[in-house]
Amino acid sequence: MTVILGQMFTGVSIGAVLLLIALGLSLTFGQMNVINMAHGEFIMAGAYTTYVLQKSIAGAGISLIVALPVAFLVSGALGALLEWLLIRRLYLRPLDTLLVTWGVSLMLQQLARDIFGAPNVQTRAPDLLTGNITVIGGDDPLTFANSRLFILGLAIAAVVALSLTLRLTPLGRRIRAVVQNRDLAEVSGISTGPVDRTAFFIGSGLAGVAGVALTLVGPIGPTMGTNVIIDAFLVIVVGGIGQLKGSVIVAFVLGVLQSVLEYSTTVSVAKVLVLVAIVAFLQWRPQGLYTLRTRSLV
Amino acid sequence: MAGAAALAAVVALSACGAKTDAGGTSDKAAQADVSGDTVKVGLLNSLSGTMAISEVTVRDSLKLAIEEINASGGVLGKKIKPISEDGASDWPTFAEKAQKLIKEDRVAATFGCWTSASRKAVKPVFEKNKSLLFYPVQYEGLEESPYIFYTGATTNQQIVPALDYLKSQGRKKIYLVGSDYVFPRTANKEIKAYAKANGMTVLGEDYAPLGSTEFSTIANKVKASKADAVFNTLNGDSNVAFFKEYKSAGLTAKTMPVVSVSIAEEEVKSIGSQYLAGQLTAWNYYQTTPGAANTKFVKAYKAKYGQDKPTSDPMEAAYTSVYLWKAMVEKAKSFDPEKVKAASDGITFDAPEGKVTVDGASQHIYKTARIGKIGSDGLIKQVWDSGKPIKPDPYLKGYDWASGLS
Repeated sequence: MTVILGQMFTGVSIGAVLLLIALGLSLTFGQMNVINMAHGEFIMAGAYTTYVLQKSIAGAGISLIVALPVAFLVSGALGALLEWLLIRRLYLRPLDTLLVTWGVSLMLQQLARDIFGAPNVQTRAPDLLTGNITVIGGDDPLTFANSRLFILGLAIAAVVALSLTLRLTPLGRRIRAVVQNRDLAEVSGISTGPVDRTAFFIGSGLAGVAGVALTLVGPIGPTMGTNVIIDAFLVIVVGGIGQLKGSVIVAFVLGVLQSVLEYSTTVSVAKVLVLVAIVAFLQWRPQGLYTLRTRSLV
Repeated sequence: MAGAAALAAVVALSACGAKTDAGGTSDKAAQADVSGDTVKVGLLNSLSGTMAISEVTVRDSLKLAIEEINASGGVLGKKIKPISEDGASDWPTFAEKAQKLIKEDRVAATFGCWTSASRKAVKPVFEKNKSLLFYPVQYEGLEESPYIFYTGATTNQQIVPALDYLKSQGRKKIYLVGSDYVFPRTANKEIKAYAKANGMTVLGEDYAPLGSTEFSTIANKVKASKADAVFNTLNGDSNVAFFKEYKSAGLTAKTMPVVSVSIAEEEVKSIGSQYLAGQLTAWNYYQTTPGAANTKFVKAYKAKYGQDKPTSDPMEAAYTSVYLWKAMVEKAKSFDPEKVKAASDGITFDAPEGKVTVDGASQHIYKTARIGKIGSDGLIKQVWDSGKPIKPDPYLKGYDWASGLS
């Protein structure tokens, strides 16, 4: 019984990681239709920010707390710069954004290699997060890892913050307007350039936050972005492009599916089965779980 | 687009084929260039790519040995001139560079390679050209080549002693965790055969893709299995994620120790000793191994490359391999590979790990097995050793339980 509960928690925690890495992408790919292959490298930038802060600020706990906003700003700034330099010229050419941002992602990887060296590095998690809490005691205890609970909390906080921003703020209304019908938004007096850039800043900043979370799970290296970017795209595509709700549901469903299959088979087999399930699902619903209904003609 | 790629691939393939043919038409032994007052040797390591983290330390260690030998007069009156090539963590590149070292540079011997894949890629090149490779890393066994000297441990000098140690500690229910490629799969086949014959139970076996960093389910499975110990053949960075998750799951070296066969001092330093303190490793050498030869080696290495650089088993095996080659050449009074091979049996050297002897028949060496415990200072302390060097047995012929393996 505790084994099942433990695996459920594992599934939810894998889902939380998936959600964090996909959340920023759901804004830039989902809402703005930009296939940003460099999103993984923004995650990497967040992770390296944590590493640098930990080296310069003593105390793993404080540096982790400081890293969250700083990584958001660093990755966000990188994203805004990329948008301003390249992407704004390519809004109507999604396939070109794929090629251009892929090039940028390779450049960022090499840059990281030059700055931090080819070998991967690690951060030290604060002592509070290396332990676990016992949910059910006894002979067969059920324990939840503190770092995983922290990541889950972070994912929930990020989703709430993003969804409130999109729903309630003037900026959010403008972003949604631009997404639903760019031309109509523009003739209504919305200056789309700054809106795009701000949206890109937020989406990339969220990648930075995901990077901070990933330092609690594994090593930090130049290629860590390429390891997670596919999962992030899967979550967005299956969830329905542009649908925050879809991303949230799909991230947790995939996480639980992955952990259940891993437990009953092996890691490699589970990965294959999850991909098969995704392919089958997309045959049935090519548009993903949720779709955006607009009055737009395109 | 696809057509162009296919065309390019065909051109590249035929180019490769042509090159190999050119190299292979002369079936006579590669002639080392020893005309001057120097003798060239090849250093073939990954200086870039994913394996660079480990292989650069091996290259550094080889250079140290060469410098020391040159300072004391060289080999047969000639100074050694190392030619360093980058295998770039890419197996075809290894084969190409091996060919270049033998044919163009006309080296007398080559030292290097790390992964089994790179060794398998260069093996035919050395065999075809009848040139010597000294390979410094522990491996999965079940291999012999007339032109390779294996100076790292084979299975019966590392994995079997590690299992003997677990058995002697009464830890009989084990769980296997490894990366999904040739070394862990072969090693685990051997471990399962050993367990069956020795009254041990293998409770589970899990492989993670190379480079995988999601280990929560594996940690849960290991925890639920209530095993006595975990045998870990994970490679590289996966160890970081695995040990972080292991600790988060509340598993410790006290409740369920992990024996690792690919974590040495360098890796402990990068994973972080807070995750590893108390866990076990199996090797033939640690930086803390006692003895004058090791004190001298550690001191020389740190003086040359930095006080914070640890020494490790593959580095020591690489360092030793240069001295073994020197002793063979001096006994043969020739750089000719055939004569060097013929002189190899019984060659000994007071290595940092202790006295090692070359077994001419298998071209492996006698090595002492050592189980170590990782300390909170990042160094590994020996808790058990085999007492004397163990005769290499790459095909495990001396063990009944291994008769079905190949």
